[in-house]
Amino acid sequence: MTTVVRPPAPAAPAPAPSLADHLRAYLSRVRGGEMGSLPAILGIVVLVVGFSIAKPDSFPTPFNFGNLLAQSAVYMVVAMGLIFVLLIGEIDLSAGWASGVAAAVMTVLLSGKHVNSYVAILVGIVTGTVIGVVLGFLVAKLRVPSFVVTLAGFLALQGVLLLLVHEGEQILISDQNVLAINNKNMPVWLGWVFYALAVGAFSALQLARNARRARRGLVREPAALVAFRIAGVAVLGGVGVYELSIDRSQTIFSSVTGVPIVVPIVVILLAALTFVLKRTRYGLHLYALGGNTEASRRAGLPIDRLKISAFAICSTLAAIGGIIQASRDNSVTGNSGGANLLLFAVGAAVIGGTSLFGGRGRIIDAVLGGFVMGIIGNGMGLLSAKNWQRFVVTGLVLLAAAAVDALARRRSSATGLR
Amino acid sequence: MTTANSAAPPLLEARGIYKSFGPVQVLRDVDFSIYAGQVTALVGDNGAGKSTLVKCIAGSHGYDAGELRFEGRPVTVHSPRDAAELGIEIVYQDLALCDNLDIVQNMFLGRERRSGLVLDDATMEELAAQTLVSLAVRTVSSVRQRVGALSGGQRQTVAIAKAVLWNSRVVILDEPTAALGVAQTLQVLEIVRRLADNGHAVVLISHNMNDVFAVSDRIAALYLGRMVAQVRASDVTHAQVVELITAGRSGALGLPPETETATGFEGNGVEL
Repeated sequence: MTTVVRPPAPAAPAPAPSLADHLRAYLSRVRGGEMGSLPAILGIVVLVVGFSIAKPDSFPTPFNFGNLLAQSAVYMVVAMGLIFVLLIGEIDLSAGWASGVAAAVMTVLLSGKHVNSYVAILVGIVTGTVIGVVLGFLVAKLRVPSFVVTLAGFLALQGVLLLLVHEGEQILISDQNVLAINNKNMPVWLGWVFYALAVGAFSALQLARNARRARRGLVREPAALVAFRIAGVAVLGGVGVYELSIDRSQTIFSSVTGVPIVVPIVVILLAALTFVLKRTRYGLHLYALGGNTEASRRAGLPIDRLKISAFAICSTLAAIGGIIQASRDNSVTGNSGGANLLLFAVGAAVIGGTSLFGGRGRIIDAVLGGFVMGIIGNGMGLLSAKNWQRFVVTGLVLLAAAAVDALARRRSSATGLR
Repeated sequence: MTTANSAAPPLLEARGIYKSFGPVQVLRDVDFSIYAGQVTALVGDNGAGKSTLVKCIAGSHGYDAGELRFEGRPVTVHSPRDAAELGIEIVYQDLALCDNLDIVQNMFLGRERRSGLVLDDATMEELAAQTLVSLAVRTVSSVRQRVGALSGGQRQTVAIAKAVLWNSRVVILDEPTAALGVAQTLQVLEIVRRLADNGHAVVLISHNMNDVFAVSDRIAALYLGRMVAQVRASDVTHAQVVELITAGRSGALGLPPETETATGFEGNGVEL
């Protein structure tokens, strides 16, 4: 017996949304608490304007811009790793000390054993991977909460670091390759070549994606939006590379020009990890796991393997961050990777738009948020802030970021947009 | 015990199913037939064994005795995977959707299409859209919407579409309208009907007699772990079905008077 009215045949597919539709959809998402990169971009603008007014002679200079990139790079790379763990709804409190241990392993190999610099760097990075696999195994297989596992890691790795540096010695790095990572710049021409390659690849991917969807008759983005996005990347990147191509030396005896070597490292990591999260099945499964564990289980996803791999990636990137920091410091001490690094990196991810509750986050969040954290650290340094002030400000910034995240979540559940 | 005569043989048939949890006998000698192209409503009071029966069919529970026949041949279903291979999909009440993923991603979760290393988004989007069109879903404007932004009825629709994406033959729906408003209930019932019209064998577990009579071809009533009637929906009235649910018998239908074991279910908890 059938009393339900049969619906008519489905209508023709909806027309492609216009630029105005996209803008409206974006605004309604923002109102619904899904702010994406907005807080980070606003933060960058406010901080740059504020510090430029407070320190007009030292903050908005090409020299300081180069410095700022070098300082931010560490936060960015560590935050990229943390995003993998945050995405699945876990936390890694030990990432800071893991970065210190990895850097110390590399440094000990370089100074004591005179190992080839590339081998030493590789061993340092693998050290991070091993730490991550152990943490992930404990979380996934023994079901110990990640908060506890990584808090234990936080203490234990601090101990391992002290062991490696003989209870607090400073081990200097003299290897030129390692020092170059975060102290040297690319030649000006290479900077422009890299810029051209990066912008070209970005445009090609954007255009190819839209062309592919158009060929299949699927809804595609308006051409104006794509053009705007490509132009934005090209202009911002171009201004940056141009600024860095000016001699920013502060003495007349030397010249400092070119894009810092860390910049291509960060850009390549950004592209590769974004690809993993957005375009591969593995990345999709991480989002699913963070969104609904039960649904992931019923869908037959390899949950334990996903968890272990997320922690492994997190600690691996922490190790890369640690090596970048050690290069900048020219040394490793018992405090490498300690202090604010972890909190700055978590703050960077969250300010960028990654949720502490799992299921939401992008790699670009780490870059934008890392910039915010870098500017705060850099600006307070220029203002010669006292240590207590730095700690208080760091704490407040982290709290603000977490509050924005929690508010976004509440707002989105209130409007049903989650 | 009355069984409606249907021309075609059943697609899936359970015979003499027994199932107990420890000392509690949940299912006793249950026969249950499901036909392709028909909606079979499975009704019964709380604790009558509806969920247990469908979980036995879908491989989530083992059964103690009895046999399952699929297209007339005996089959063994020991796990949800066995059931999925036969084309039996179950949509649980909690739906199990990821709010942070879009409709396409949810529908293909765990069985994504890939071209080389990367996800084949375009193909998956096309297939998802086709599936929704085949169900005549008009309430979803874009398959790239995040599921968290959907209404309850739309979410139910996505969960059903996910179940039929896999060339499934049997779709079991556990109280799909329980949490929905009037308009959304109607939308979901339309889809349930369309599933059957597309040739699926549909099992609809429901407490709501209006829903049952709106879309069902056949009604199977469980009473205290026994199948007391499998009848054509057009052969019975609301009142008879309610009697079957609450007392296990209604006139000539249901348990014979002498085997009636319990009274005391006088319509409590049954929505009319």
